[in-house]
Amino acid sequence: MRKNYDRSLKSLQDEVLVMGSMVEKSVLRSVEALKNRDLDLANQIIAGDQDINQKRFDIEEQCVELIATQQPMAVDLRVIVAILNILVDLERIGDHAEGIAKITVMIGNEPPVKPLIDLPRMAERTAQMLRDSMDSFIRRDVELAKRVCDDDEEVDNLYNQVFRELLLIMAEDPKTIGRATRLIWVAHNLERSADRITNICERVAFVATGHMEDIGASKY
Amino acid sequence: MNMNSIFKSSTDDNSRQADSGNASSKLRMQHMNLYYGSFHAVKDITLQVNTSSITAIIGPSGCGKSSMLRVFNRMNDLIPGASVDGLVEFDGINIYEPGVDVVELRKRIGMVFQKPNPFPMSIYDNVAFGPRRHGIRNRRALDEIVEKSLMQAALWDEVKDKLGQSGLSISGGQQQRLCIARVLAVEPEVILMDEPCSALDPIATLKIEDLMRTLSETYTIVIVTHNMQQAARVSDMTAFLMVDDGHSGVLVEYGPTSEVFTNPRDKRTEDYITGRFG
Repeated sequence: MRKNYDRSLKSLQDEVLVMGSMVEKSVLRSVEALKNRDLDLANQIIAGDQDINQKRFDIEEQCVELIATQQPMAVDLRVIVAILNILVDLERIGDHAEGIAKITVMIGNEPPVKPLIDLPRMAERTAQMLRDSMDSFIRRDVELAKRVCDDDEEVDNLYNQVFRELLLIMAEDPKTIGRATRLIWVAHNLERSADRITNICERVAFVATGHMEDIGASKY
Repeated sequence: MNMNSIFKSSTDDNSRQADSGNASSKLRMQHMNLYYGSFHAVKDITLQVNTSSITAIIGPSGCGKSSMLRVFNRMNDLIPGASVDGLVEFDGINIYEPGVDVVELRKRIGMVFQKPNPFPMSIYDNVAFGPRRHGIRNRRALDEIVEKSLMQAALWDEVKDKLGQSGLSISGGQQQRLCIARVLAVEPEVILMDEPCSALDPIATLKIEDLMRTLSETYTIVIVTHNMQQAARVSDMTAFLMVDDGHSGVLVEYGPTSEVFTNPRDKRTEDYITGRFG
């Protein structure tokens, strides 16, 4: 009955998926650049964050326009309110990826403190969580959203592991303190990203049930 | 005011006062059915309207919203063949009981209609009409009532210098506020509004809505509206009606407006308020 309106609502959600995939790529590539000491790639990620920010503003504008012109109600209103919140989280995750790229540039060609194994693993887990959260959003799948929140524990554990390992390295050889601290920042960026994803999952639950609930309590 | 003053004689059962139910409930329907001859217009409605609140009744055309509204002050009595069963209470008193003084009932439960309908007389006389009918003749007392009612209806400043002019000479929005003032002049407790803004422009509509919000501090308001956004803007509680397979109006959902419009419980309400049917 409201074909144009339905189309606008669907395209809005498609745009969120596009932004989600831009952010996911940024997270994975930021750690790839760090691992391979690929400064070109790192600089591309830093520049690419502008596109993510622009996408966020574009979608936000579409939301405002739909509210102003179509007076969405009930589940439609919840979807739009959820999107407005999800945009903030996605944009911040993009900033965390940009942060990792900047650290990579800062590290430059310094000798490595250790082979990077857990950080890429953290990035992969985070990217997977992001994909699943987007999937749960489109399918209004609260169960999947809850599972994504459970996955955050794995990222928290990896963070803890990386943190302790780097502490040991620093304790053994204080000359590594600068370089190891920068890697802790990287781990922290990933850990915060995963937390942001649990916020997205809470919005999914809100869209599906109409209730706001804290389902992703992170250890950190 | 005496709880039982809507009864014609004082011989009626006074014990009813004791079981008036929830103190904050002004109006109450329990398993109310309305028939026009053999047509079952509204079926099995149970709901209660809280004191000093605005309750909106929404639903597609022909679902019985206005019919249901008119049950509250027995306006359907005027329609040949109309009959009501079930319980309809005002302050805990069954208003369909024999002995109820319908004129007194309609004084305490006033009504505002879709089209502004001022009487063809002066603005002053429009407002003074009800009090005069109820025996007030003193000019000073009438002056006071007219001023107070027009003030409450947010119309005083616009008409105070032309009270002698015809009620039909002012704009549609002003006429509707005049009709509200006319209702307020007889000091009702409940105001029923049957699509009060459907003949008004958007600015006049917003004025009436703002007025309703102010009035709801003192009066209990029930409004029928076609305009869902209006229901969302002004009401505390929303009732959603639609027709069942037998074309009778049924109550699908009744709850706080903020919940009905953000998270309706019933799929049919969801479809209606998101504009996907109706």
